[in-house]
Amino acid sequence: MLQSLETRSAWTANDAPVSDVETIVLSHEAVNDEYRHLVLRAGRPATLAAPGQFFHLLCPASGQDKPYLRRPMSTYKADPEAGTLEFLYKIAGLGTRALTTLKPGDSFRVLGPLGVGFTLDDSWRSIVVLGRGVGLATLAPLAEAAARKGIGVTAILSARRPDLVMSAERFAAIGADVRPVLDSDGSSAPENVRAILGSLAREGRADAIFTCGSNRLFRLAKDFATEQGIAGQVALEQQMACGLGMCFCCVRKFEVDGELVDKRVCWDGPVFDLKEATSW
Amino acid sequence: MVTAASSSAAPVSLGVEVGGLRLQNPVMPASGTFAEGLARVMDLNRLGAFVTKTITREFRAGNPVPRVCETTEGLINSIGIPSKGLDYFRDNVVPFYRAYSPPLVVSISAPTVDGFASMARDLTIPGVAAIEANISCPNIEEDGRSFAMEPRLTEAVTAAMRRATALPLWVKLTPNTGDIVAVARAAEAGGADAVVVANTILAMRIDTETFRPKLGNVLGGLSGPAVKPIALRMVYQCADKLAIPVIGCGGIATAEDAVEFMLAGARAVQVGTTTFVRPMAMIEIIDGLAAFCARRGIADVNALVGAVVDGNAAPEEAEALL
Repeated sequence: MLQSLETRSAWTANDAPVSDVETIVLSHEAVNDEYRHLVLRAGRPATLAAPGQFFHLLCPASGQDKPYLRRPMSTYKADPEAGTLEFLYKIAGLGTRALTTLKPGDSFRVLGPLGVGFTLDDSWRSIVVLGRGVGLATLAPLAEAAARKGIGVTAILSARRPDLVMSAERFAAIGADVRPVLDSDGSSAPENVRAILGSLAREGRADAIFTCGSNRLFRLAKDFATEQGIAGQVALEQQMACGLGMCFCCVRKFEVDGELVDKRVCWDGPVFDLKEATSW
Repeated sequence: MVTAASSSAAPVSLGVEVGGLRLQNPVMPASGTFAEGLARVMDLNRLGAFVTKTITREFRAGNPVPRVCETTEGLINSIGIPSKGLDYFRDNVVPFYRAYSPPLVVSISAPTVDGFASMARDLTIPGVAAIEANISCPNIEEDGRSFAMEPRLTEAVTAAMRRATALPLWVKLTPNTGDIVAVARAAEAGGADAVVVANTILAMRIDTETFRPKLGNVLGGLSGPAVKPIALRMVYQCADKLAIPVIGCGGIATAEDAVEFMLAGARAVQVGTTTFVRPMAMIEIIDGLAAFCARRGIADVNALVGAVVDGNAAPEEAEALL
């Protein structure tokens, strides 16, 4: 079962206020053709971001790309000791295209940390994270937080090709059981992922499941959590304007007490209980 | 931070009287761009007033997504006034703002004249300082035409609210009308204490890859810096013809924008879409207004109101000050 609201807040809410931080770009590297890794000097309180929380990025104007609104992006890594904040993103449109022009030394505003992140229950001994593509970036800090609490992690990393498996080394570094599944060899097929999940359940290694980045994997995770009667959480995306729960543009449908209701991804999420989240 | 106190000049008075309310400064949020969440970013006690997102009497789900799309220097939205209803608002939202000192202005919408009047009546409660009537919505008694498109409907709905509440009554006008001055005068005749000029401008965008509209509701309202010169023109036209104050709204992003609206005749300003991009914008504008006045040797921000020099708007004051 998911924890009570109080416990959830204790883990996810930062007492530090949200701030619009002027960060400095430390490095900005192409991971491959599609993904970029951005490292910022951000200091506190931004670097106190909890796993699953996000930042609202003021993307620079560049050539034809003049994004007016900020772009939400989940935290890839927040290190309060080093004072650094990291993002791993896929170039997907005008905002992220403009973002690629940032160079080391540039200053760059990020608002956050925002939203409700993942919840980890002290009673869990072993969890499964199941993600695809850039969604794995969101799950990496969660896996590290779980490891710090002594919770075992199995990471099922889905991607089109081996070179697009994101962050495998970060999951491996915390001692996670890393299981890449690929479109290129067919191992990412739902029946195979379902078989992996089934064996983890039989081994008693699935006290909870976490997912991000794929509607197909979301449905698998939701079905699995329901069958096994275990807790599950999903980190969702939606187009946002304010990022602070004010404008109501980032709503999605959730099942609450048998009814479909709108919730704001930026304010009520972006991490939601799998039981309430619906397919997109 | 730049404040009046840091200047060599005497401190600048930023207080204004707007439609029955005394505000510590002329800067407040525009409806729909402000909620409790902003308290996590700024000290809400700095603001001139709070203006809530529009509420309706009953629960409303709002429009299908996508609810916003970007455009050059602006945003088109069709959120659809999702609302948890009047009872929820009274029991949960009003108490939140009691912890703060700026007055709470509640934006309301209804599909009928009686609906507006009964909401104004039912919100005449402790903790609510004024009503802002969002009369840009469709009137189901008039084939869905917006109240604020026509002087006759505007006067009728304003007069009905005027009879229903003793609270200060602000009426927010739509720019989507042929003669906004006539509509503003109708609001004044109906008993409004102030008009807010103006709401968003009807607009749309189409995705050239999919050939589909970029908004779930097809049409939406344009806001942001893109609309500023149009809203400014409307404030200028209305302020010249009304005895009641005009509150300027439309694309205000900087202190200079706020000064421009006040010169055009606005007694106060609402800052909206800019907050989505720069969440501290309202605070920056308050500090910037004080700094502007200090730099120009203006002791009282009210001296800016209508001080545009064109022979129509208070020329003798303008010459003395500028």
